[in-house]
Amino acid sequence: MNDAEKAFREEADDLLEQLEQSLLDLEKTPSDNELIACAFRALHTLKGSGAMFGYEKVSAFVHNFETAFDHVRKGRAPPSTELVSVALLAKDHVRAQIEDPEAADEATGRRILDELRRVVEASAPVAAEAPAVEIAAPARPARAAWRLRFSFDERVLVNGTNPLLLFDELRTLGELDLRACADAVPSLDAIDPTVCYLSFEATLVTDAPRSAIEDVFIFVIDEMSLEIERVDEEQSTHVEEAPPAAAEAAPTATRRSAENEGRGAGSVRVQAEKVDELMDRVGELVIAQARLTQLAETASLDIKAIAEEIERLAANLRDVTMGIRMVPIGSLFGRYRRLVHDLSSELDKPVDLVMSGEETELDKTMIERLADPLVHLIRNSLDHGLEDVAGRAAAGKAATGRIRLSASHSGAEVLITVADDGRGLDVARIRAKAVANGLIAEDAVMSDAEIHQLIFHAGFSTAQSITKLSGRGVGMDVVKRTIEGLRGAIDIASTPGGGSEVTLRLPLTLAIIEGLLVRVGAARYVIPLSSVEECVELATAGEGGSAGRSFLNIRGDLVPFLRLREFLSAKTPPDPHQKVVVVSFGDQRVGLVVDQIIGSHQTVIKSLSKLHADVPCFSGATILGDGAVALIFDIPHLVDRGQAHDEERKAREKEAA
Amino acid sequence: MAQETIDESRQCLMLGVGGEIFAIDAERVREILDPAPVTDVPGARDFVRGLINVRGKVVPMADLRPRFGMEVAEATADTRFVVIEVDLDGEPTVVGIVADKVYEVAELPLSSLGAAPRIGMRWRPELVKFIGRWQDDFIVVPDIERIFN
Repeated sequence: MNDAEKAFREEADDLLEQLEQSLLDLEKTPSDNELIACAFRALHTLKGSGAMFGYEKVSAFVHNFETAFDHVRKGRAPPSTELVSVALLAKDHVRAQIEDPEAADEATGRRILDELRRVVEASAPVAAEAPAVEIAAPARPARAAWRLRFSFDERVLVNGTNPLLLFDELRTLGELDLRACADAVPSLDAIDPTVCYLSFEATLVTDAPRSAIEDVFIFVIDEMSLEIERVDEEQSTHVEEAPPAAAEAAPTATRRSAENEGRGAGSVRVQAEKVDELMDRVGELVIAQARLTQLAETASLDIKAIAEEIERLAANLRDVTMGIRMVPIGSLFGRYRRLVHDLSSELDKPVDLVMSGEETELDKTMIERLADPLVHLIRNSLDHGLEDVAGRAAAGKAATGRIRLSASHSGAEVLITVADDGRGLDVARIRAKAVANGLIAEDAVMSDAEIHQLIFHAGFSTAQSITKLSGRGVGMDVVKRTIEGLRGAIDIASTPGGGSEVTLRLPLTLAIIEGLLVRVGAARYVIPLSSVEECVELATAGEGGSAGRSFLNIRGDLVPFLRLREFLSAKTPPDPHQKVVVVSFGDQRVGLVVDQIIGSHQTVIKSLSKLHADVPCFSGATILGDGAVALIFDIPHLVDRGQAHDEERKAREKEAA
Repeated sequence: MAQETIDESRQCLMLGVGGEIFAIDAERVREILDPAPVTDVPGARDFVRGLINVRGKVVPMADLRPRFGMEVAEATADTRFVVIEVDLDGEPTVVGIVADKVYEVAELPLSSLGAAPRIGMRWRPELVKFIGRWQDDFIVVPDIERIFN
């Protein structure tokens, strides 16, 4: 695939996304003309760029799509639910055509278009009959004559624009009288065949609004000058005598191109790998800067000042670079509207999807990896959580279910919640299933929260029947693994009959964390600061048990602690005053006994190679100021292993006794 | 003729490892470093117990000696870290290995290489690709991919 084609695909992706969002919004607020215009613009742009990049089939299909949709734009057909559904299918077909032009089925396309025409035409007379055509009236101005003067940038042909196509498009609007002005054409020996020397003058008599004329030039407006002037019918026949360039017309063209320029300058498309590469380099800079700062401690004042300056710059650069990777989560949420729309009609459960916090920013890589887990959670809510209409009526709830998808910042974490007002998790059924699967003993005493956690076991599904939606091989265990892979956690809250709420807690970024640097034996380790609650002295009197895990009394709470020295097989003698770092994850709190707490440390995370994939206690490594490598603890795994380690030790002691 | 020579021999870096000479394909060698502090990875397999910092990158440090059942000895003035590239499940991975001594890059004629004998060897035969001769010594051409995968 060449670059131009890639650019087209990316652009098309955005346009299709925009189209889908507009259509879905339209279903809710059918009277919003801006949404209709937005959808129409997306279609129009797609048609144009499709043709430009040789996607003729796409262009032809979109043309028909656009024609049908034009009835909506002109107020002749209301954007009904039915129409939106067909339009969404049409949108999917366009996507399929672009992604794999060979495989896209033409018959399907024809069927969709027929359906679209049928829906539009079926509703058309209704709109025509209705006397209240106030919406339609201003959108259809009377027939008028326009005089156009336009000339293209010299480079316009090189950039792939074919003016002839633009003329054809103008012709579709009405009666066109077009003349070329060849004054600028040089003598034959000086002609560069790639340069466009002609400028044009035209008279167009049309009932289309001015915006329709402007739309024709939408792709080239940056590379041309365009004047549009309204003349009355009479004058238009004597266009040659008309005064040149009307003052009123010029600002329009200028404004449009200014708008386009503004949009162009506002964002740049960058390959994700390039940003990753930049992040890596900045990470190295942060490490080198830390070393410099350390060396500068003992250096002259001048060098200290420079080191401080570089520290400030590196910190800024790091923040900016991280900012580049951050995208609002709305781009991800948007995708789920379609999912909910489709599932809702498929399952015959009317659903209201409420989203909030779309502006919450999150690392792009993270957003991508969250896509599948969220699909699963939303599906779960719709499929298992929400009752059907009869069930909701029986429970005294409104017929329309509600799913809430929200995101918010909470300190250094992002919380993403999927909540529904369905029946909630069925504790008894989960329990029965866990017993049947041999996960827990029949008489096990468990809190509701503990039982909720059982759904994360592999192959655990409480769906009584395998529907089309459930049983696709992605279970909650996969969701959990993915979230943990992102160093996040999942909380579940559920009220029987009142609905359930799943909250994902995630770090802001994957690349850099704040860590607490500690020393155990001769080695230094990093504990992610986000999981650190507090640090306390390990009072020699208070420790029970000779080795392994014991309990700590923190303001009346019993907190188990894990001796990292033993766990990590440290060989040097222990420090006399050992410290405890209390970490928490989920609702567990555990103390980690270390020899020394060195301090907080900006940590650029480097992942461990496959050679260390079998070492679960560390989520990665980092390079310290002195160039040494330090491992970063994976707190949940560490505590899991600590527990296992502890049990083994107890078992050994029992055997020995 | 020159072409033939290249076809029929290969450039190898000769390393002293636990009293033997190992030949590593020179193409996969990235650099040779003086010994640097190695960070221990508790719980890792014994021959890949460490991590080192190679110019800002965290690289696993391997010791082939335990893998071949050799005694692990203290570092000497001759000890070097050789950074090589290994294919791990189709993914090129940079790994450091400890060498008691680095000799030189030598051209090993393919004719001098023979399959590892099935018997009479101290090492697990699948870890050895060839046994060859170099400067009147027997040398070992280890199967690096097998060792790490």
